[in-house]
Amino acid sequence: MAGAPGAGGGPKDAGWGPLALPLMLPTWAVIGIFLALPVLLMAVYSFLTREFRGGVEWQFSLAAYDQFFVTRGLFGDEPPSLEWTYILIFWRSLWQAALATGLCLLIGFPTAWFIATRSPRSRTVWLFLVTIPYWVNLLIRTVSLKFLIRDNGPLNEFLMGIGLTSGPLPLVNTNLAVQLGLFYSYLPFMVLPIYAAVERYNFALSEAAADLYAGRWRILWEITLPVVRPGIVAGCLLVFIPSLGAFLAPDLLGGAKNFMIGSLIDEQFKGSQGNWPFGAAVSVILMTLVMLALLIYARAQGRGRA
Amino acid sequence: MAAAIEIIEVVKRFGATTALESLTLSIADNEFFTLLGPSGCGKTTVLRMIAGFEPVSAGEIRLFGQNIAALPPDRRPVNTVFQHYALFPHMSVIDNVAFGLKMKGVDLAARRARAGKMLEMVHLSAFAERLPAQLSGGQQQRVALARALAPEPRVLLLDEPLSALDLKLRQAMRIELKQLQQDTGITFIFVTHDQEEALTMSDRIAVMSAGRLQQVGTARDIYETPLNRFVADFIGETNLLPVDVEAISQDASRVRLPGGGALTVPGTATPGRHTLSIRPERLVPDPAGPLKARLERVVYLGTDLHLMTRLQDGSGLVVRMQNSARSALPAAGEVLSIAIEEGAARLLAD
Ligand SMILES: Nc1ncnc2c1ncn2[C@@H]1O[C@H](COP(=O)(O)OP(=O)(O)OP(=O)(O)O)[C@@H](O)[C@H]1O
Ligand SMILES: [Mg+2]
Repeated sequence: MAGAPGAGGGPKDAGWGPLALPLMLPTWAVIGIFLALPVLLMAVYSFLTREFRGGVEWQFSLAAYDQFFVTRGLFGDEPPSLEWTYILIFWRSLWQAALATGLCLLIGFPTAWFIATRSPRSRTVWLFLVTIPYWVNLLIRTVSLKFLIRDNGPLNEFLMGIGLTSGPLPLVNTNLAVQLGLFYSYLPFMVLPIYAAVERYNFALSEAAADLYAGRWRILWEITLPVVRPGIVAGCLLVFIPSLGAFLAPDLLGGAKNFMIGSLIDEQFKGSQGNWPFGAAVSVILMTLVMLALLIYARAQGRGRA
Repeated sequence: MAAAIEIIEVVKRFGATTALESLTLSIADNEFFTLLGPSGCGKTTVLRMIAGFEPVSAGEIRLFGQNIAALPPDRRPVNTVFQHYALFPHMSVIDNVAFGLKMKGVDLAARRARAGKMLEMVHLSAFAERLPAQLSGGQQQRVALARALAPEPRVLLLDEPLSALDLKLRQAMRIELKQLQQDTGITFIFVTHDQEEALTMSDRIAVMSAGRLQQVGTARDIYETPLNRFVADFIGETNLLPVDVEAISQDASRVRLPGGGALTVPGTATPGRHTLSIRPERLVPDPAGPLKARLERVVYLGTDLHLMTRLQDGSGLVVRMQNSARSALPAAGEVLSIAIEEGAARLLAD
């Protein structure tokens, strides 16, 4: 942080020392305004009272958390018990996100491997090709996907055309469609970090392992995967976290039955039907879960290293 | 003695470039064999073909009599100490050393015990639980050595293992390596571009240049009787004198030295221009000597002195003298007569 002495500094001015604080200010301002403040706002809102036309009243309330965790029956006159509705949505979101992460890893790892082992020039081309679909807005892409897989869409026409199915496969509004949407949305977030790790991987290590009697699979398992693991972990986090809170894919491809957290939150901030404190509370619970998972992972890492 | 490795007319091409041109070598069991040559001459390529990382373009490699072309690297009883070590960065030192045994199916207790013993041998027991990144270059080198030796290979390939070490450590490791090879009885194929390293450790040396084998022999053979100009020049220091071959008997030639003197040397050659190689330490200032040279400079080397002289025809001649208080030093500018020790001059093939 001290930095090198300023080259053109006057006789009194020897370095960055007194300037360090003002120079750091923009960074702290950006972090504060775009990171800390929104999170703080969200946490505060979750403890406020709902205003029925949308928005909040500045009055402390636990109603949002109460709505999430507690039910008192349809008419509110039964003894309180655990509310399962939202927990089930969380559960569905979790396994959908986990599945999407697994699927992205399954396809993304070989893809990244393939690209990283091409010649430097064709690598650039392949990477470019991977990112091309992402120049189009996510909403448009998700709608296109829906168009592709709907009952009288090209996919079903094709399947019926070649006689593989007699009627259209009901794909839209299923978990499978959501899965497909998540996979398609986030695949590059898996490919790119793994690519970066494999590109840096020293293939002499694989040769050394082969020299020491390791077959191809054991080399992959014992040497390559552990060495590129940081890339794999980064890819998994980059797919898992946004999948967990995704709302476009579940909304457009999943329909009402396959509700996920993202859609639930989305709904709370729409029009006069919304419930801002409840939406904020769901976000806080989601964030707490993600942080907890990361913490447990970091702990496990630390123990493995020692 | 049975041959551990036979390399028979092996050719290696990379696309249009030929890295090795028809190499034939036989390496005996328990031998400390060195491949010596300048950078890019194909030494690593030879090791990689023996280890199985590169297929041969033509020819055959036999390991204890068996053609190994079809065996993948993990099925060859050969281990390698890599030029840049290639230690597994995510494993502790002891896990690195035990890796080969693990792949061979040795159980945990046994392989830990053996790896511990190997670490003791290379004086790294205290570092067993560290990661490779936490070791110095010399320590990493010794881990690489222990790792390659742990599974008890029949042949150990070493690719310039000492090149990253400082001089003191390098000299110590030379002795240790040689001792190790004698103790274990494993065949060592050692690659280096350092001729001193090759001379001090090897049973036999193969000198290579530009993908071609130049000469194979003991250190003494290649130093004392180099076959060609490359070997004479690459191994140690030498004087290369242009001479005319005038007469030939059954096993000796009479040559005309620059400046007019004549000399009979062993070996025969076609009459005409040839090159004579004479080591600086086999030349002595002597009033009866056949070479006349003007002294230009005396270079002080501690135990030795180099007299840098020039012959009448302009070619340089270096004479190496023991640094002794008894002999008076000649002065620069003086014309010296220089004698060639009996049998010291070597007529080169090219
Ligand atoms: N994979 C490859 N593709 C193309 N050419 C190669 C390849 N590997 C080696 N070569 C060429 O083969 C020749 C011999 O290379 P090699 O690595 O065997 O040299 P070396 O004697 O080990 O050199 P050094 O002492 O620098 O390690 C070189 O000219 C090199 O450019
Ligand atoms: Mg090499």
